[in-house]
Amino acid sequence: MTVASEPQTTAGFATRLMVDEDVEERRFRVHRSSMTSPQVYEAEVRRIFDRSWLYVGHTSEVPNPGDYVRRPVGGRPMFMVRAAKSGEIRVFHNSCTHRGAMVCRTDRGNSKNFQCFYHAWTFNTEGHLIGVPDRGGYEGRDFGDLGLAAPRVEHYRGFVFLSFDPHIVDLQTYLAGAREYLDLVIDGASDDVEIVRGTHEYGMAANWKLLVENSIDGYHAAPLHSTYFQYLASVGTDISGGITGFGRDLGNGHAVAEGEAPWGRPIASWEPSFGAEAKVEIEKIRADLVERHGEALAHRMANTSRNLLIYPNLIINDIMAVTVRTFMPCAPDRTDITAWQLAPRTELPLLRQRRLDNFLTFLGPGGFATPDDIEALESCQSGFASGGAEWNDISRGMARTPLQSDEEQMRTFWRRWNEQLQQQDSTARSLS
Amino acid sequence: MTAFEARAIAPAADSIDDVGRPRVEDLLYLEARLLDEWRLDEWLQLYTDDAQYIVPATDTPDGDPDCDLVLIDDDRARMQSRVERLNSRRAHREYPHSNTRHMVTNVELGSRRDNLLDVNAAFTVFRFRGDRSVYYVGRYLIVLTTVDGVLRIRRKRVELDLAALRPNFDVAIIL
Repeated sequence: MTVASEPQTTAGFATRLMVDEDVEERRFRVHRSSMTSPQVYEAEVRRIFDRSWLYVGHTSEVPNPGDYVRRPVGGRPMFMVRAAKSGEIRVFHNSCTHRGAMVCRTDRGNSKNFQCFYHAWTFNTEGHLIGVPDRGGYEGRDFGDLGLAAPRVEHYRGFVFLSFDPHIVDLQTYLAGAREYLDLVIDGASDDVEIVRGTHEYGMAANWKLLVENSIDGYHAAPLHSTYFQYLASVGTDISGGITGFGRDLGNGHAVAEGEAPWGRPIASWEPSFGAEAKVEIEKIRADLVERHGEALAHRMANTSRNLLIYPNLIINDIMAVTVRTFMPCAPDRTDITAWQLAPRTELPLLRQRRLDNFLTFLGPGGFATPDDIEALESCQSGFASGGAEWNDISRGMARTPLQSDEEQMRTFWRRWNEQLQQQDSTARSLS
Repeated sequence: MTAFEARAIAPAADSIDDVGRPRVEDLLYLEARLLDEWRLDEWLQLYTDDAQYIVPATDTPDGDPDCDLVLIDDDRARMQSRVERLNSRRAHREYPHSNTRHMVTNVELGSRRDNLLDVNAAFTVFRFRGDRSVYYVGRYLIVLTTVDGVLRIRRKRVELDLAALRPNFDVAIIL
């Protein structure tokens, strides 16, 4: 069965066969032009990023009325604010409705109003236009339609998403099977979670979809990250079990790789580098998880790791710590990456310190693994320019129940990507 | 190797009270050169056994590694692991190694207590690899001490002036 469409032209954008799947032949391949073509990149912005639910931030980042954070989302400058009176989470396009200047000009803070510095038009935290200097010059003008423009915004258990598509399905429907995994991460972290202060803001000279693949790819861990596993062994971790588990299609392009891994987990799998004093606390957390969720679910929360993709560009890695990572292309071969750490709000200082420490051994631009991931992805991008081979092979595990180290997770992403890329352009960008 | 390159001796000092700016600069320049020459085992010897190497995140230069997410929070053991990794040829981001140049300027001596000396210095690190040129700019907050008659680094905190690591990609090198 071939599900890929034939070469066609839609809305001035020439697509070609880019995702080629044949189940009987165990063939799944992706054309490399999908990662190098400027036309594909432009189509992705309109057809994928303008038509999906995109992660903005977490409600814990704006705990008090008037708290705000600036965020680039889907390539657009936006800001999220907790409304001063209603306490609701609002997200606005960061552009004055008068002549366009950005009304929110610092990365975070607290404010009752957002005043444009160009002509001093002033908006409140609900986005309403509440101040215009020399109003007499606008006699007869109704200012009611000049509030800050807002996309659709919904949140699920603290995770705030927006969509530039007014007709998109509601967030919970969109999340499909990924919702259960978000629940698992949040419940496993004691229900009350927060984003830890401090952000990893980095980048890579490679296509964004390479990072999607890499973030849910169990196959690369042993060969690429051998220095990390050597480090684990050197601090007394038993790495003989390796990484085991399964890959799953969660619907709507979402996917997960889930299984057992040798590293310790602050919730709630002790390992020697945490130190003896942390062992008692971690066993207490574990007993509490068993009491609240039963042994089977508690085991899954405490002992298994999850690399979760929420299509198209949110990764929640519940591994040696919990990282929330989103990324956005600014060119076919250039991606901005932003990552935070999620942790229980009331975590004991000792365990928070262990969690932070555990995070940094592997993750982030100064970690013992992430820089090598970036190197590999940039190397792929450079390799594409060599030509000769036109296709990437993503067929691993097609003939069996997919393992964590197979590529079903990636196929799930690519099928949805292909489906969206074949659709007509969204009008959202031109109308907004 | 020239005689100059072979020299890798930290300045002598019996007590931190005797140490003025020239000896502090000698140590910081030596550290910069050992890093640029990728003599990481010798670089590590400039540090005390209870040393720390910390790089806060770009959006929180005041970040506290015990409660905030930072970029790097190494104790001496982790510094040793970092050096072993970078020496291994399997730290792929740094194999082959970048050419780097660590520049240290604006050295100011701060307070002295308990045989410790605070030092504040500005730095620029240039990093060249393949067709890539990036730079890191910021300040070093360093705590020096003396161990067995030699000036040593007890703590190095690297606060980056960069708004984000977008053009710099990563901090796989030692700053």
